Amino acid sequence: MIIGIKDALKLAGISVIACCAVFVCTMFLNYNVDIAAMKAEITTEAAAMYNAIVSTGKVVAAVSGGCLVATSAVMLLFYVKNYIDTHGKELGILKALGYSNFKIARHFWVFGLSVFAGCFLGYALAFLYLPTFYELQNADRLFPEIKPHFHPIPAFLLVCLPAIIFAILAVLYAYLRLKNPVLDLLKERREYKQKAAKRGGSDLPFLQDLKWSTVRGRKSLVFFIAFSAFCFSAMLQMSTSMTDLSSGEMAVMVLAIGLILAFVTLFLSLSSVVKGNAKTIAMMRVFGYNHGDCAKAVLGGYRPFAYLGFAIGTGYQYALLKGMVSMVFADVGTVPEYNFDFKACAITLGLFVIAYEVAMYGYSQRIKKLPVKSVMME
Amino acid sequence: MITVSDITKSYGTGGSKNRVLKGVSLQISDGDFTVILGASGSGKSTFLNIISGLERPDGGSVVYGDCDITKLTDSELTEFRKDNIGFIFQQYFLLPNMTVEKNVRMGADLAGNRDYRETIAAVGLRDKSKKFPGELSGGEQQRVAVARALAKRPRVLFLDEPTGALDEQTGRQVLDYICNLHNEYGFTVVMITHNRNIAEMANTVVRMNSGKIAEIYANDRQKSAYEIGW
Repeated sequence: MIIGIKDALKLAGISVIACCAVFVCTMFLNYNVDIAAMKAEITTEAAAMYNAIVSTGKVVAAVSGGCLVATSAVMLLFYVKNYIDTHGKELGILKALGYSNFKIARHFWVFGLSVFAGCFLGYALAFLYLPTFYELQNADRLFPEIKPHFHPIPAFLLVCLPAIIFAILAVLYAYLRLKNPVLDLLKERREYKQKAAKRGGSDLPFLQDLKWSTVRGRKSLVFFIAFSAFCFSAMLQMSTSMTDLSSGEMAVMVLAIGLILAFVTLFLSLSSVVKGNAKTIAMMRVFGYNHGDCAKAVLGGYRPFAYLGFAIGTGYQYALLKGMVSMVFADVGTVPEYNFDFKACAITLGLFVIAYEVAMYGYSQRIKKLPVKSVMME
Repeated sequence: MITVSDITKSYGTGGSKNRVLKGVSLQISDGDFTVILGASGSGKSTFLNIISGLERPDGGSVVYGDCDITKLTDSELTEFRKDNIGFIFQQYFLLPNMTVEKNVRMGADLAGNRDYRETIAAVGLRDKSKKFPGELSGGEQQRVAVARALAKRPRVLFLDEPTGALDEQTGRQVLDYICNLHNEYGFTVVMITHNRNIAEMANTVVRMNSGKIAEIYANDRQKSAYEIGW
């Protein structure tokens, strides 16, 4: 069969996101389960803090976990679609030989392995970090000493269940994509007709049109690039704003997760853009477009979405922290008031501009190095 | 005038080194219709890639007027192709997510050509300008490739087996369009093919064998696409 473990390994982005999601969720949920077991021993003075911490755990696990799971799901669908698009000929031949859609699609379950790998790693790392995390959560000694315990049900829910669900999702989505006629797969025909209706009458110059057609052709990448900017913006600002609300270690952890998510997603997306447009770029170079034109046309269309992602990330982190402080920690007197940190926002924006533009420059250099002859190697 | 002098090219290293071109020299006059004829493996595609500036030779020179393109940097070579060269490939290499009109604009915008719709009409595709390549037949796609190449008003048009993927009738039609446009605009045509009959359309025929020019001859009379055998 043409889909193997090797293909699943290419889904490193999903593994990284799953790892981060499970890492965060495991810490907060495991702590909630352990602290709940000791509820009877908690004093009335510490009850408000107990409620706040339990609620925080639920909110963080739901918001961060949910957001990352949704991103992983979109990324999985993107990979399945991309795999079918790039292996259309092989899959078309299998269909032509008489393999049913389901018989081919069921092999896509291996994509669930990348989720399993990420979840397992995230769970294991979180478990190793739990003693430190428990210490940080109880730094003021408001609660009795709590030791981390292994809980099989959360372990199953955070490691095995996502892998099973994602494997099923990959199979179902592949099944739907494989419903395309055999000839469309064999000739690698894609659905460009609707896009024609939208832009058929446009009189934009070629480079402008190519820029928007590249974006329209891979909408999921718009999401990923915006998501990477979102992570960068939200997590960086959150980590600086959190210093008054939480420990330094926690801020560093949030910062690290944000940067990992942002850069992994950005690099995977940009690599995918360049790889997916290699033929177009080569043809443009053959005709005499310089590499700057090629880079602008292929990568430039994503820039507004990256800055939009940054803006949403800023709003998200503000709403999340403000909500936590005003609602979850409302009964806890020692928590300071939280206001929007303009300085942190400006510094984060500056860093984002530098990081994004450096990444763009790197990929434009990669475009420069694409061999012109590659277009004729088919 | 294109002056090619003592071009050599090898692939691989050491014992597995394959000498594809073994000192090829040739002169092509402005406005000529030259066909490079040769069997598979004769080195004709590599030769075309080198004289069109897509690939660099190991040795020798390719001079357009007084410009030796083998001495140009990658950026200068790109600029040179932009101003001078048009390409048509056997596999068309159209951009699948862009309409016929946009594919032709890819060439036209480089030359600041606002009359690209006329070029589309000249290859008989006026009514299909909003279609995507996937909605066209092979012959129509190749005509889009012709229009795209000509819309940038090249001084030299290189064709790599342009009829290789077409049936006889469509192949003749495409060649006829190229011939008519060559007569009308007077650009230089360099076409490679393994089909001896197509060589009868050229005024100069260069036959290659094992990385060398085996023979150069002129046709007394250039035949039209509908006069040649297939």
